[in-house]
Amino acid sequence: MTEMTGTPIAHAPGFIANETPRIVSARFDYEDSHTLERYEATDGYHALKKALQQTPEEVHNEVRDATLLGRGGAGFPAGVKWGFCPPGVWPRYLVVNGDESEPGTYKDRLLMELDPHQLIEGCLIACYAVGLSQCFLYIRGEMAVAQERVAQALNDAYEAGYVGKNILGSEFSVDIVLHWGAGAYVVGEETALIESLEGNRGMPRLKPPYFPASIGLYGQPTIVNNVETLANLPWIIQHGAAAFTAIGTESSPGTRMVAVSGHVKRPGVYEIVNGTTTFRDLLYGNDMCGGIRDDNQLKAFVPGGGSAPWFTPDQLDLPFEASQVGPQGSMLGSGAIMVMDETTDIPAAALTLTKFYAHESCGKCVPCREGGTWLEQILRRVVTGRGTQRDLDLLIEVGETICPGDFPHAAVPSKGIEAVPFPYRMTTICFVGPSAFAPVHSALTLFREEFEAKVAGNEARTMIEVAVDV
Amino acid sequence: MTFFTDDNLALAEEIIGRYPKPRSAMIPLLHLAQEQEGWVTDEAMTQIGELVGTTSAEVLGTCSFYEMFKRHPVGKYVINICTTMSCALMGAGELMEHAESRLGVRAGSTTSDGLFTLEGAECQAACTEAPCLQVNYRHQYRVTTDQFDELLDELASSDHAVPDHGVLSQIRQHIPKDRSVGAVPPEEVKAAPVWLSEDGDS
Repeated sequence: MTEMTGTPIAHAPGFIANETPRIVSARFDYEDSHTLERYEATDGYHALKKALQQTPEEVHNEVRDATLLGRGGAGFPAGVKWGFCPPGVWPRYLVVNGDESEPGTYKDRLLMELDPHQLIEGCLIACYAVGLSQCFLYIRGEMAVAQERVAQALNDAYEAGYVGKNILGSEFSVDIVLHWGAGAYVVGEETALIESLEGNRGMPRLKPPYFPASIGLYGQPTIVNNVETLANLPWIIQHGAAAFTAIGTESSPGTRMVAVSGHVKRPGVYEIVNGTTTFRDLLYGNDMCGGIRDDNQLKAFVPGGGSAPWFTPDQLDLPFEASQVGPQGSMLGSGAIMVMDETTDIPAAALTLTKFYAHESCGKCVPCREGGTWLEQILRRVVTGRGTQRDLDLLIEVGETICPGDFPHAAVPSKGIEAVPFPYRMTTICFVGPSAFAPVHSALTLFREEFEAKVAGNEARTMIEVAVDV
Repeated sequence: MTFFTDDNLALAEEIIGRYPKPRSAMIPLLHLAQEQEGWVTDEAMTQIGELVGTTSAEVLGTCSFYEMFKRHPVGKYVINICTTMSCALMGAGELMEHAESRLGVRAGSTTSDGLFTLEGAECQAACTEAPCLQVNYRHQYRVTTDQFDELLDELASSDHAVPDHGVLSQIRQHIPKDRSVGAVPPEEVKAAPVWLSEDGDS
């Protein structure tokens, strides 16, 4: 190990163990979980050895049979995604998406800091199975400690013969290049990630035609996988697809990492069983969050990262199953649950997300660049008590330029609101624009009375008065 | 145009060599420039353009897109207080107010002694440990106003472990020559990798 100067820098707290079988967090209990010694002592690189004794096709089939759903947000099966590379077009690349920055999301950084070799082994398995000749491991710029841990792990893995030329004496050769971002949320979108990796401004490309599996990095077939997705691969190869699908449900097997933040008694990162665990288990279970802080009432929660329409206590019994959460008007996204108790100022909370997306708009699509900014400014006016009744309608009008038609939202039977299924209809290339509207729409639909209270009694003002005051 | 030190120039060339196309090294080289100087100077952008085969305007185009690249001098320590939802729910607003009054500057500004730059930042992936902040992109968790004051004192006393602004990972990737596969421009690759089956597809 390279000596670190000074006192050690605090890294990655937050993980809380529970009764769930542990697939990706299995080594987190060891203080030296990030080292090659610990990794090798706990079955590390066994899956790689096993994979190398199989054909690439067999490895690919194993992953496809495991129905490993992508853990970055879209939830698309990784094994199927791998199959989208057009035959006969070479080279193919692997790009690892470690640009975790969706509001509320905290799991990939843990996986990189606490078990970097598991990620590296996952990358190698993917490269072997799909014939990917070079891997770029893109870590978010603001994660200095994760960069250090992965750099050290890569150096050790190269030295030990796990990465590079003729891996473990076989014909399989692949370089893994560590690459850092530099602060741009939109780069987490896979086509923007590729633009960034080509040295450009991180602006998303239009799909079609720019699906990375067919036209990706340098115009070549490229697989972009999330850190947690890849971290599952060593376990799947070692224990087999059947063992993986035995956990969770048929359509959502295995486990997943979720971060619960906000007003719960024990905020933390939990590995939970996919498909069967409910939001109630997670927020109220004694081995998990243990209830709402100060035994307050739950008001609302964001179920899948800042982009997701909000849920209320009515949806607590939904499981982590995309096919059930989608029709209820939201998504599981990146496994980030943000919890608001009864004391929360809802319009102010919505503003903290809308200003995020307005700030992070790359500027490529007008509805997002302009609309997101206006949403933020109008909402800020309302939150600070200077808004009018007209502003509340204006918020919806602006939002509808980004997402025309009925916006997806969670059903609230007691209020007579019917669910509109996820996803958004949108006028933008990527989801940043609609994401700016999601919190506004959810908050305004579910808690309109709080907005009404903030604008009550305020007289409508002329455009000029508004313009100088915004 | 010479900006990089000899050591950093050698490192820059090594980094460029890892990519199938040199332009991909643009962001890593901008980080290297910022590590050397604390911010990204015009001279740095000119030399990076020469190194990766593009114009300095193209380098500026990329550089200016990304939040972390500073095109003016900033404090030795850049303090980013997260202001997104999870932290805001747990008191980030109060922490920011306290920080502004304690440092005597508004978010986005640098103290007159050049020691601290205060910024409001977006989600830092430590949401369960709110409110959080970063000093030169190293996390501090569940920060109270008292702890913030202590942190400033520690940083000012100079025996703190946080490296100066611009330094990210203190461990560099090193690919040993005898282990490296090497980067090949994509247009020079015609066939499937050797470990795949004869018909060239998986």
